[in-house]
Amino acid sequence: MAGRSAALALAGALLASPAAAQDVVVGSKNFTESRILGEMLTLLVEEAGLTVEHRSGLGGTMVCFDALRTGEIDLYPDYTGTGWATVLKEPEKITDPLRAFLHVQARYRELYDLDWRMPLGLENTYALALRSDLAEELGVATISDLVPHAADLSAGFSIEFMNRADGWAGLRPHYGLALGDVKSMEHGLAYEAVAGGSVDLVDAYSTDGKLLRYDLTVLEDDRAFFPPYHAAPVVRRALLREHPELGPVLDRLAFRISNRRMMELNHRVEVEGAGFREVAAGFLRSEGLLGSSPVADEDRGARGEDGLVAFLLGRWRETLRLLGQHVRLTLLAVVLATVVAVPLGVAITRSRLAERVSLGAAGVVQTVPSLALLAFLIAVPGLGLSTRSAVLALTLYAVLPILRNTFTGIRDVDPELIDAARGLGLTPVQVLLRVQLPLATGTILAGVRIATVLTIGFATLAAFIGAGGLGEPIVTGLYLNDTRLILAGALPAAVLALLADRLLGVVERAVTPRGLRRPG
Amino acid sequence: MIHFEGATVLFPREGAEPLAAVRDLDLHVAPGETVCLVGPSGCGKTTSLRLVNRLVRPTAGRVLVDGRDVAEADPVRLRRGIGYVIQSGGLFPHLTVAANVGLLCRLEGWDTARTAERVDELLELVHLPPSEFGARYPAELSGGQRQRVGVARALALDPQLLLMDEPFGALDPLTRDSLQREFLELSERVEKTILIVSHDMDEAFLLGDRVALLAEGRLAQVGTLEQFRDAPASEQVRTFLESHFHGR
Repeated sequence: MAGRSAALALAGALLASPAAAQDVVVGSKNFTESRILGEMLTLLVEEAGLTVEHRSGLGGTMVCFDALRTGEIDLYPDYTGTGWATVLKEPEKITDPLRAFLHVQARYRELYDLDWRMPLGLENTYALALRSDLAEELGVATISDLVPHAADLSAGFSIEFMNRADGWAGLRPHYGLALGDVKSMEHGLAYEAVAGGSVDLVDAYSTDGKLLRYDLTVLEDDRAFFPPYHAAPVVRRALLREHPELGPVLDRLAFRISNRRMMELNHRVEVEGAGFREVAAGFLRSEGLLGSSPVADEDRGARGEDGLVAFLLGRWRETLRLLGQHVRLTLLAVVLATVVAVPLGVAITRSRLAERVSLGAAGVVQTVPSLALLAFLIAVPGLGLSTRSAVLALTLYAVLPILRNTFTGIRDVDPELIDAARGLGLTPVQVLLRVQLPLATGTILAGVRIATVLTIGFATLAAFIGAGGLGEPIVTGLYLNDTRLILAGALPAAVLALLADRLLGVVERAVTPRGLRRPG
Repeated sequence: MIHFEGATVLFPREGAEPLAAVRDLDLHVAPGETVCLVGPSGCGKTTSLRLVNRLVRPTAGRVLVDGRDVAEADPVRLRRGIGYVIQSGGLFPHLTVAANVGLLCRLEGWDTARTAERVDELLELVHLPPSEFGARYPAELSGGQRQRVGVARALALDPQLLLMDEPFGALDPLTRDSLQREFLELSERVEKTILIVSHDMDEAFLLGDRVALLAEGRLAQVGTLEQFRDAPASEQVRTFLESHFHGR
């Protein structure tokens, strides 16, 4: 009992998140533009004299929206078309930007007590972008121009674009566009694929800085398929009631940022390697919205032209900090999973029904895509965008290998030995503690070892909900198309997994009684 | 010491009549006596043995140990008073020889010194020098050595009654021969009541003061070698003796 309560105390201490001391928590989605806009909003709120935290680069729309609804964040920049189609799921197609804005504003107030503030000016809608050399060669300027050449073209579309009604699923019938080959791929990779010549056409955002970097021509949506996607801050009205001065502060950005301007800001970060905060502050200053006090930027210096080794060595402190977070996440999840799975694994050896239900349920959890599980958990009140959600998700994944190995280890104990133990007069508890568990220890530890290595891998996804760890540089690197940044997270994670595997292998051998060790 | 009174064990079977492993068994084992249950496989001899320490419960009838119905006894107390030896020893592979033999002493709350003393005494009794064998693990022993440790473990709490389920069944003929001799020598020294299961008629008559022959769950005959020879209870017994007993 003492051991168990100590473990719970440890878990509690590690899970306790610091009290939200800030007046305002700003969120942003996990792509450059959203993070720059998030920084701008953060800086404006700060300039107005409120304390503010920016939870930058949270997962997709649903992550941000759920976090906003549950009050985990107070505001974040979103796009009218996203509110229309993804959140409100309006069946009707809309092309009028003003109607779209007024509609999402009214419905958000009514349904969620959330407010859309004044649009920022830029419209980041979907666009199709074709390699410029091909556009020139074929004489293509609009999507309609593409139709006769479609069968010879190959496309690399982002997963979100492939699956949205206002993406490829609707675009294809709207234009009668029968492309020769359509692959679904991560967006950053799609650009690499275009650069490498393995695809010709990608989906793009109309403000994407990469359009400047890769030689791409945006095709005009001449038959008005893509809905309007104007950016505006979405904010909790409860916050506005608490801080009435905040509304006008947010509106100071109204219609200040053109598409071209946004594209340049994105380009500054993605191609020139400037920090989000630095770029945001520079823009605000040029618009006279920010005093001249210098802005600290933690992203600064993270990029440049150093070689990989110099780059990795240069950020060792940061890596160590992330490694610490990563180890903490993993350790918590594996300890919790062990505390749950070992007793459960023992218990279910007594009942066929419990065995089927438990192993079945743990197996089903394993098949839930990890991002979906995270998205589901952050919508649960009390979990939200926290280390708690990340640890819980990781724990759920870690349960199955430990549960299965405990069950197998206990069940596979030679029945003759159990018979001998009972016949000698051991109580059921003594049979379990003196015979079954010691004999199953090796198998159980092997399960813990597998769970640990798996968890180290999964824990990189914690960065999607802002729970930190080595996933942070990976996620940022994916969106910035920065291989060195990806490696700065992936390499330490791989080394950590290898070390953990070796270490637990040694532990496994050390605790296996000599009588059970295989010779040699 | 042991009374089987109309003991019957039925094992339920799916889609068939229950299997009668033991039918209406009446048998009395006197204090200090060694009785050997013998018969072909599936005759119910092991099930009968397991009735005594309540690893199996009778469907009908009852089993008395020291005049008390085992069904009413606390199973843990009952079993600690009965030594139990199974084929190939049933030693716990994660424990040393000394820990296997001393396990019950420790569970009874004996201190380390008293347990160690008892373990040494028992290992001496089964001819395994404690200094050489105490720290070994079962995997480091021969089959015969394992069986001796199994016997030592069963005697740890000095039970008056010993149950042995084919104790020499898994051994090579030479080892078996020497262990059988040791058993006879030992059973005279320790003066226990012993119920032993064997599938071998030679072994049964060698080890048992009396032999109980079981066939298809029923007691076919019980008696000494002479009684079997001179007055087989049935034609079935006579045929069985002729085909399985080679005499000495």
